[in-house]
Amino acid sequence: MAAFILKRLLATIPVMGMVAMVVFLILRLSPGDPAAILAGDAATPEMIEQIRANLGLDRPILVQFGAWLWQLLQGDLGNSLLSLQPVSATIGRCFGPTLSLATTTIVFSVIVAVPLGVVAAWKHGTWIDRSVMGLSVVGFSVPVFVLGYGWIYAIALWLRLLPVQGFVPITEGIGLFLSHLVLPTLTLSVIFIALIARMTRASVLEILTEDYIRTAHAKGVSERRVLVHHALRNAAVPIVSVIGIGIALLIGGVVVTESVFNIPGLGRLTVDAVLARDYPIIQGVILVFSAAYVFINLGIDLAYTVFDPRIRY
Amino acid sequence: MNSAQRLTRWTAAAAAVLAVAGVGAEPARAQDQKTLKAVMTTPARIIDPIFTTAYAARNHGYMVFDTLFALDEKFEPQPQMVKEWSLSPDQLTYTFTLRDGLKFHDGAPVTSEDCLASIRRWGANDGMGQKLMDFTKEMTAVNDKTFKLELKEPYGLVLQSLGKPSSNVPFMMPKKAAKTDPKQQIALADHIGSGPFKFVLDEFKPDTKVVYVKNPDYIPRAEPPSWGAGAKIVKVDRVEQLNITDAQTITNALINGEIDFVEGPAIDHLPMLTKDAKIKVEILKTLGSIGMVRLNHLHPPFDNVKIRQAVLHAVNQDDYLEAQIGNNEYFKRCAAMFICGTPFGSDVGAPPAKPDLELAKKLLKEGGYDGTTVVVMQPTDIGILAPLAPVTVQAMRAIGMKVDMQSMDWQTLVGRRAKQEPPAQGGWNMFHTTWVAADMVTPVQNLGVNGRGKTGGWFGWPEDKEVEALRDEFARATDVAKQKKLADAIQKKAYEDVMWIPTGVYYEPSAWRTNLAGVLKSPFPAFWNIDKR
Repeated sequence: MAAFILKRLLATIPVMGMVAMVVFLILRLSPGDPAAILAGDAATPEMIEQIRANLGLDRPILVQFGAWLWQLLQGDLGNSLLSLQPVSATIGRCFGPTLSLATTTIVFSVIVAVPLGVVAAWKHGTWIDRSVMGLSVVGFSVPVFVLGYGWIYAIALWLRLLPVQGFVPITEGIGLFLSHLVLPTLTLSVIFIALIARMTRASVLEILTEDYIRTAHAKGVSERRVLVHHALRNAAVPIVSVIGIGIALLIGGVVVTESVFNIPGLGRLTVDAVLARDYPIIQGVILVFSAAYVFINLGIDLAYTVFDPRIRY
Repeated sequence: MNSAQRLTRWTAAAAAVLAVAGVGAEPARAQDQKTLKAVMTTPARIIDPIFTTAYAARNHGYMVFDTLFALDEKFEPQPQMVKEWSLSPDQLTYTFTLRDGLKFHDGAPVTSEDCLASIRRWGANDGMGQKLMDFTKEMTAVNDKTFKLELKEPYGLVLQSLGKPSSNVPFMMPKKAAKTDPKQQIALADHIGSGPFKFVLDEFKPDTKVVYVKNPDYIPRAEPPSWGAGAKIVKVDRVEQLNITDAQTITNALINGEIDFVEGPAIDHLPMLTKDAKIKVEILKTLGSIGMVRLNHLHPPFDNVKIRQAVLHAVNQDDYLEAQIGNNEYFKRCAAMFICGTPFGSDVGAPPAKPDLELAKKLLKEGGYDGTTVVVMQPTDIGILAPLAPVTVQAMRAIGMKVDMQSMDWQTLVGRRAKQEPPAQGGWNMFHTTWVAADMVTPVQNLGVNGRGKTGGWFGWPEDKEVEALRDEFARATDVAKQKKLADAIQKKAYEDVMWIPTGVYYEPSAWRTNLAGVLKSPFPAFWNIDKR
């Protein structure tokens, strides 16, 4: 196991090296000029040229890449071109809200979706199954921003129960922290509940036809025990994979939800940085995303061994 | 694994998550503070107001720094940090004396040396500042509170320049900060001004919010507030400028009382806001903003004046304003390049209000238009700008021009418009932008009438020696009547040459909760004088 983990960790080095190079080149070859953005609308071309030289953006791309790589090897992601703040601090600041939202969304989704999927498989072909599957199609289909604005209108503006927007760190109080996360969590969970419920139903349904389930029934094991201890446990591997992919998506792919609820997370940071051509921030965030994907996948692989003792590395 | 071990593991995992969730936690602060929460049109990311002309940096500057002079609502420069000033009989030497007790936020006194270094840095970057420096022979400190500005020849815009209300505003900084290379930003730790608010560096999170607290040592002037002039009395303890990007979320947050002030709510949300009795909607920037069609004078077909004139006679301001705003409470036609209702605003040289397509076609023919495709850059990500290009494109097609409208985000446009190459090599023929009207009120600061061409001119690079000579003469004139005459002459020539085409003036109202009192009208957001009940 230790050798497997070490091998996987070593494999992240070339992956991240490739990511770094591709991101760097794509940014430099795409249109837009940070110097022009920095100088503002009324700047003359001469001023923009001077700013570009000061930032070192007039140097050959390979020289710029070499300088960035050297900086990176020393553990320095650089500073934002716009705000001058260190990239690592900026990413660290935005990681808290993202992780909070990802955690509440995944926890809530799993709590709701797994029982729904198991019950749908158990009551296969009944109205319960059809309702769960029908609702999951709806969950997939409704755009996130429609859901978000719907929750805001109903719960924040009409009932006045929760705030419209914002993120409050947990250090300012667990109540405030959670009250700001309820609506975005509900919004994001709908799609993940749909995804996990469908996957759980399909996996459990397949397991329920296995001989050992029939044997368990024949031995007089209770229905609940058969479903939870025999069927669900053996169906867990694909479900865990879906949950893992969900976590990875939640780390960087929830820009719309972060915008609608004004959550200063990594997704919004990335979009803002791309629009402002803030190269160091974009490069840093993409590196963090790639590392997160690698580690989440590693976590999923290790989780397989918990649910299926036959899997060994 | 037994239950106890399981519980311990889950507890540890939860603790780790909660610890990370606490990243970004703010220092505890007294709950009884008066905190004003505002959402600005553009969040402050770049905040050095001399390095950049971005309005967000200008707004930051007005919070943290102060100015020697400031323009009032009658366009008169009034002393602000300056206590008294004099001009020598030969009109060549200005002497300024600072007010007593002026202090930077770190407690250091504001000195003549600080002011001279600040003027020099501003004069290296700002167009009006560069002009002032061109006319300046020498600047010297007489003592800690008095300094002199000696001119090479009489210059009529010294006080107007030092009181310039919009980007770049000549803010006074400590000498250490002002010594920074003008083409580099000052360090974040150097945002120590002598203005009415202090910048809270520890809470500077441009992705979330920018925080200012009241400067208790600020000594306001006795005169009533008027734009950047007069008393800047701070009545709240703290101002938080939140970075909320979604227009609907901003509106919802204002309705729900989570924020107090919105600089520029979405125009189509105004009916929602005006029907809420707890929200006030009002135009604060009474000068408004003006749209601009900018043509590239370097390449065909717009290197030909007749073809530029054809476009001028084909477009209609009403079409632009309807497309941009759609509610005539918030726009008006205005052909004055120096803005209607200002000292130099006039219709001299402007074409008739109604477009004349026959004349436009005739001008195209006279200009020998050969069907060259016009490359128009259209920014799609800025709501107020996006509708302008399609209106011009439709007008050009109506007179028989071939047009290639290329959609892109604003920042791509900003990068591309600096290219002087032909359109086929990555250049362009036309783009549209808008200006805060305060930036356009004199021929010296109005970049649209800059006729310096490829070297020293603004994007589009019209070269017009006559206009440049008139602008110099305007700068030298010390008599307002003469300045007015010269401004008219400049506008007439600018229209003949089609240096730019105004698309009309529009007004973006602000909105705030009615528990705020004392919100001031000003060309920039002013947070002094506002009280929160």
